[in-house]
Amino acid sequence: MEFKDYYTTLGIKRDATQDEVKRGYRKLARKYHPDINKDDSAEERFKEIGEAYEVLQDVEKRAAYDKFGKDWKAGQDFNPPPDWDDGFEFNGGGYTENDASQFSDFFESLFGAQGGGPRQQDPFGGQHTRYAGKGQDLHAKIVIHLEDSYSGSKQSFTLQRPAVNESGHVITRPHTLQVSIPKGITGGQQIRLAGQGAEGMSGGGNGDLFLEVAFAAHSHFVPDNRDIMLTLPIAPWEAALGAAIPVPTLGGTVELKIPPNSQTGKKLRLKGRGLCSTKINGDQYVTLAIMTPKAVTDKDTEFYNRMKKEMSFNPRSHLGV
Amino acid sequence: MTTELHYTIIDETCEYSLRELCNVCKVHAQFIQDLIDEGILSPQGQSPREWRFAAVEIKRIQLTIRLQQDLRINLPGTALALDLLDEIEQLKRSKLHLEQLYSLNKQS
Repeated sequence: MEFKDYYTTLGIKRDATQDEVKRGYRKLARKYHPDINKDDSAEERFKEIGEAYEVLQDVEKRAAYDKFGKDWKAGQDFNPPPDWDDGFEFNGGGYTENDASQFSDFFESLFGAQGGGPRQQDPFGGQHTRYAGKGQDLHAKIVIHLEDSYSGSKQSFTLQRPAVNESGHVITRPHTLQVSIPKGITGGQQIRLAGQGAEGMSGGGNGDLFLEVAFAAHSHFVPDNRDIMLTLPIAPWEAALGAAIPVPTLGGTVELKIPPNSQTGKKLRLKGRGLCSTKINGDQYVTLAIMTPKAVTDKDTEFYNRMKKEMSFNPRSHLGV
Repeated sequence: MTTELHYTIIDETCEYSLRELCNVCKVHAQFIQDLIDEGILSPQGQSPREWRFAAVEIKRIQLTIRLQQDLRINLPGTALALDLLDEIEQLKRSKLHLEQLYSLNKQS
């Protein structure tokens, strides 16, 4: 097991005051909250910050942690001495803010897993009361390819689901789900699986599981809700004279007519070529980008020189120069 | 354990009544009323009985709960955060699009 330096995690010094601990935590929690920071590593980071704060905000836990903490470096192999927590008593043993099942082995080896569990207390002070005994809703993100949505697919996902084991400890168990990805699902949309959330307490039903869909980055398509954006390079003569050129779509290559005298940035629509569900259609939007051939050979140069001489063209006339 | 399951796709074609929405999000009607007053939710229909919520608004409710819980943001602050998050999302897409155009020019 690796030693975790909670002070570094919160970006504070070892002698930080309790106020500084709180400030350090709040600043980083805002920065790495997975709903705000869409970076892949944000969720992991947010959990680490929560774990560090859980220990350092509690004077007793912090003192216990400090007792051996100074001799260890983050990442070093670590086993707590058997009597390390002598003389410390952890009041309540609960985790005030966080879901204990999310904490690291390192945390558990020090403070145990007692009294944790999905939080049931009402975070809004009565503004809205949670249903008694009902299991918590769980949220997870699933990453799929645009092609999976375009034609629909069936996929398996393994999620870590919190559960309570025989001795009453909160643990996570891998849970594999087979999910049919319906045709035309879009990024940010959710799939709700009733009763697949955390287990309820004392007869309360299970919570629900919400899977939020995210798309893996595609080499050339960018999704915008149901529409698919593509930047299409074209030759100057195709732009000037007009052309019928092949364009990739999620459903295969189609022919696109480019009107004469098109410019870079012109947007053309391929109707119904986006992410279409059974009820709503999406389109593909093609943005033209004119690519200029390089003047490599003498012949190329000569050709460009002729254009320069024979075509009266000033792309900067609107700038008055 | 592998299970195949019943599921609902929460897309722009589904709508919920106030009661259904409270059930799915496990919140009380007063909380929904507060979100409406803050402009976070905007149902169709005049009275609570007639209200129809676009199912995609569930995500706004869940986000509100998480932001309040994890970052202790009050309701007006959450409303602002949600609007800004939408805007960031939009800007990121435009940026990606422009970057594609730019990287083509670099290749040539």
